[in-house]
Amino acid sequence: MSATIEPSIRSRPVYGTLAAADAPAHLMVADADGGAALVELTATMAPAALLRAEILYVPFVSTADHSEALRALDCPGFHTSPSIDALIPRLARSIERMKMGTQIYLAGSETLIGRAMQAVLQAGIDHQAIQTEHRGSLARRMQCVHCKGITENVTTQPADCAHCGLLLLVRDHYSRRYAAFQGVNINAEDPSDIPEKEELFP
Amino acid sequence: MSLHGAIDVVVTDVVTVNPLIKRFHFARADGEYLPAFSGGAHIIVEMEDGDTRRRTPYSLMSSPLDTRDYQISIRRDDEGRGGSLFMHREVKPGINMRIGMPSNLFALDQRAHKHLLFAGGIGITPFLAQTAQLMARGGKFELHYGVRNRELGAYVDELEQRLESRLHVYLDDKGEQIDFDRLLTSQPTGTHVYVCGPAPMIEHVVTQAGALGWPKEHVHFEHFAKAPPGEPFTVELRASALTVEVSAEQTLLEAIEAAGVDAPYLCRGGACGQCETRVLACDGELQHADHWLDDDEHASNEKVMPCVSRFRGNMLVLDR
Amino acid sequence: MPSSQMTSASTAAEPSARSVTATAPFRDESFRDDFTFRNSPETVLRAPFPFDKDAYMYAVNMELHRDGKAGTAFEEPIDVDEHYVSEMRDRALVLDEDPLRCQSLPHMTLAGWDTLELLMASKAASYPDWFALTREGDRWHWINRPLGIDQHFVFGDETTLPYAPLEYITRQAQGDFCVLDERAGNLWMDAGMVTTQADWSLDFDIGMNFFEWHAPVPLAHELGIFERALKYLRAVQQGNPARRLNWTMTVNPRLDTSPENFHVWGPENTHITKDNVADKLFLRIELQSFWRLPRSNGILFPIRCYFLSMRDLSTVPKWAKRMHRVLKSLPPELASYKGLDNYRPIAIDWLAQFDDGSPTTPGPFAD
Repeated sequence: MSATIEPSIRSRPVYGTLAAADAPAHLMVADADGGAALVELTATMAPAALLRAEILYVPFVSTADHSEALRALDCPGFHTSPSIDALIPRLARSIERMKMGTQIYLAGSETLIGRAMQAVLQAGIDHQAIQTEHRGSLARRMQCVHCKGITENVTTQPADCAHCGLLLLVRDHYSRRYAAFQGVNINAEDPSDIPEKEELFP
Repeated sequence: MSLHGAIDVVVTDVVTVNPLIKRFHFARADGEYLPAFSGGAHIIVEMEDGDTRRRTPYSLMSSPLDTRDYQISIRRDDEGRGGSLFMHREVKPGINMRIGMPSNLFALDQRAHKHLLFAGGIGITPFLAQTAQLMARGGKFELHYGVRNRELGAYVDELEQRLESRLHVYLDDKGEQIDFDRLLTSQPTGTHVYVCGPAPMIEHVVTQAGALGWPKEHVHFEHFAKAPPGEPFTVELRASALTVEVSAEQTLLEAIEAAGVDAPYLCRGGACGQCETRVLACDGELQHADHWLDDDEHASNEKVMPCVSRFRGNMLVLDR
Repeated sequence: MPSSQMTSASTAAEPSARSVTATAPFRDESFRDDFTFRNSPETVLRAPFPFDKDAYMYAVNMELHRDGKAGTAFEEPIDVDEHYVSEMRDRALVLDEDPLRCQSLPHMTLAGWDTLELLMASKAASYPDWFALTREGDRWHWINRPLGIDQHFVFGDETTLPYAPLEYITRQAQGDFCVLDERAGNLWMDAGMVTTQADWSLDFDIGMNFFEWHAPVPLAHELGIFERALKYLRAVQQGNPARRLNWTMTVNPRLDTSPENFHVWGPENTHITKDNVADKLFLRIELQSFWRLPRSNGILFPIRCYFLSMRDLSTVPKWAKRMHRVLKSLPPELASYKGLDNYRPIAIDWLAQFDDGSPTTPGPFAD
């Protein structure tokens, strides 16, 4: 079960539930338990649609791997990548080759959704056209506003910048361009004040 | 009331393009260059026609790169309120007129990797300006232009010369039709679609694009919603403590303005939402002609767009 | 038909009555380290004091930006004052440390040219002694005497300027500049020069729409402020700019109060005492304006910053009283969001000596 992402400030992304679009082609991207969302989505699609679909999947081997179920779909465009880093160039190529009118679906962690969305934006597709569904971890990518370094898999509030070492307030303010939440020095006024870290984004 | 950003101009040329269309050239009365603008922009042209003052939007077709004059093309409409007839019959070179500042509700999406343009008839006018801008900056585009026949196809020759293989012309009298389905299923990532022409053409393209999976953020259109003429009617402007008669050829907005009330507006074509007015009481039928309010809002009789909509009935009270 | 357009001393608009500072030399001062910034008395009086009554709450508070009142910061459409040269020097320092303070998404180049034209033409028309713009078709000649710039270039050709157009001209214009793209019924912050901001990051916010970049502002969203503001802004037309005022407070006359440098200036928030509040605590006024850009159909959104120390305020009796009352009555969430918590009580205590409780005249201008 995924923890639900509550809507907060207007710059915090909200995700939905995937629904098969009436489109000539489909491009689906997921990581970990996002794979389950794709299994549920494709169950509502005609087999002919799957013949024209592409499914790009990053399994978390041993903890959240839906490769079997996805492979069983008989979708010739099914491909797994070992990591999100490896997925992105492959995704960029798929987006480049597809035609306008292809529905794109992103499911899984916020990091997967955010990084895939970066590739979408690069290709000149409006982000509001993309269907998204969050499944799994709440762990965040965070950009330190001070040193600009990105810290991956942030689960606590506050959190340390993995680059410059400042203790950062993990804000809900989110940048699509960086696919990251903003981290701001939490104890600038009094560096001796070090709040306890709380596991807020497991 | 005042025309926003009014510019005093003189008509420098009136050119008969074909039996239905005339082109009008305006230059600034003081000889300075006209303001720069973005392709797709329109100007409000103010017409003093006897007792009637009309303010009607027309797309700028001239190149935004050369603002020594502005050019608009007007198709004569014998069934309309009389604006196009006035322009065709009464406006001659040398006369002074007033126009508003250019305003754009049909702008190119600057992010687009490619622009796919569909024009029908007089809907070609905004694309003349847009393609001039795109050619100057090396933008990637195609223009598909449907006309009734070669004689009535305004600017086909000029466009063929300027745009070469980017232009595709379809002659209705030869049975040539734009293959929307093929075009809408073969575009590379990052393409945006634009359509301007008769309402059925716009409806068709917008609907087809949606059915073929296009995001609505990538589909742009401009209706040339001509405010239709109708029956005269009376309206009470509660906030101004005035009762106003709207004549058959006057729009509700023009009647409000003629009464000295300064109502907000922008496009005057029922598309932008700026003139939205609250209806305080309505005993009769609001005749909505806009593309701004949704079906529920039209049915609720709580709002009206006075630039294009009318009324028939016993009583209409507006919060203006 | 004019073959060239001159916007220079010989064809400038009718000169209006100039306020004293327009002919004063530019100050040589710093906005960091030793903070030698000071306002001349005349500059204090022309500041756009943001409070028109004795309490403050959010409002859309847009008005048309025209009919410049002589002797005020509104006198010219793009205001240049005695701090011009020093502010531009501080901007250059910020950009040396952090070039990401000026960014332009690839599709915003045309808007950058629109901005360059707007700022050059405005400055040349308003201050013909300092700026001159001569145009012959696309061949333009720009002179900026205070900064010692004499530049020939081709309008629209980036290769003929030392920087891209937005960066080029905003390195010569006071205040921050956001360049907004209008599409999908919204405004998108797709380019900007932001070195004098009150605590927000262009690098992070670039690409966001109107509601997203305002997301962190408390209370205002529930009031529908941003919906109304957006509707107003989308109706802004060429030649008819709008403006509004915003405000916060800053310790020391530091222009660069960016989140990037929060760990540098943040600690200063705790340094205010009753002995230094008069000269160390500043009212930071933002004069925001909104201009429709012609070729790109974007919106230029300058945010011009004016500092008044508490002592500066005390020289204008009405302003001292009003500032005291505004601070006393400010809702706590607003005070917190504006970062005033550390020193608000100290400022209130110091200003109290100037407030005899008598009524103040309506409107923001000094009596």
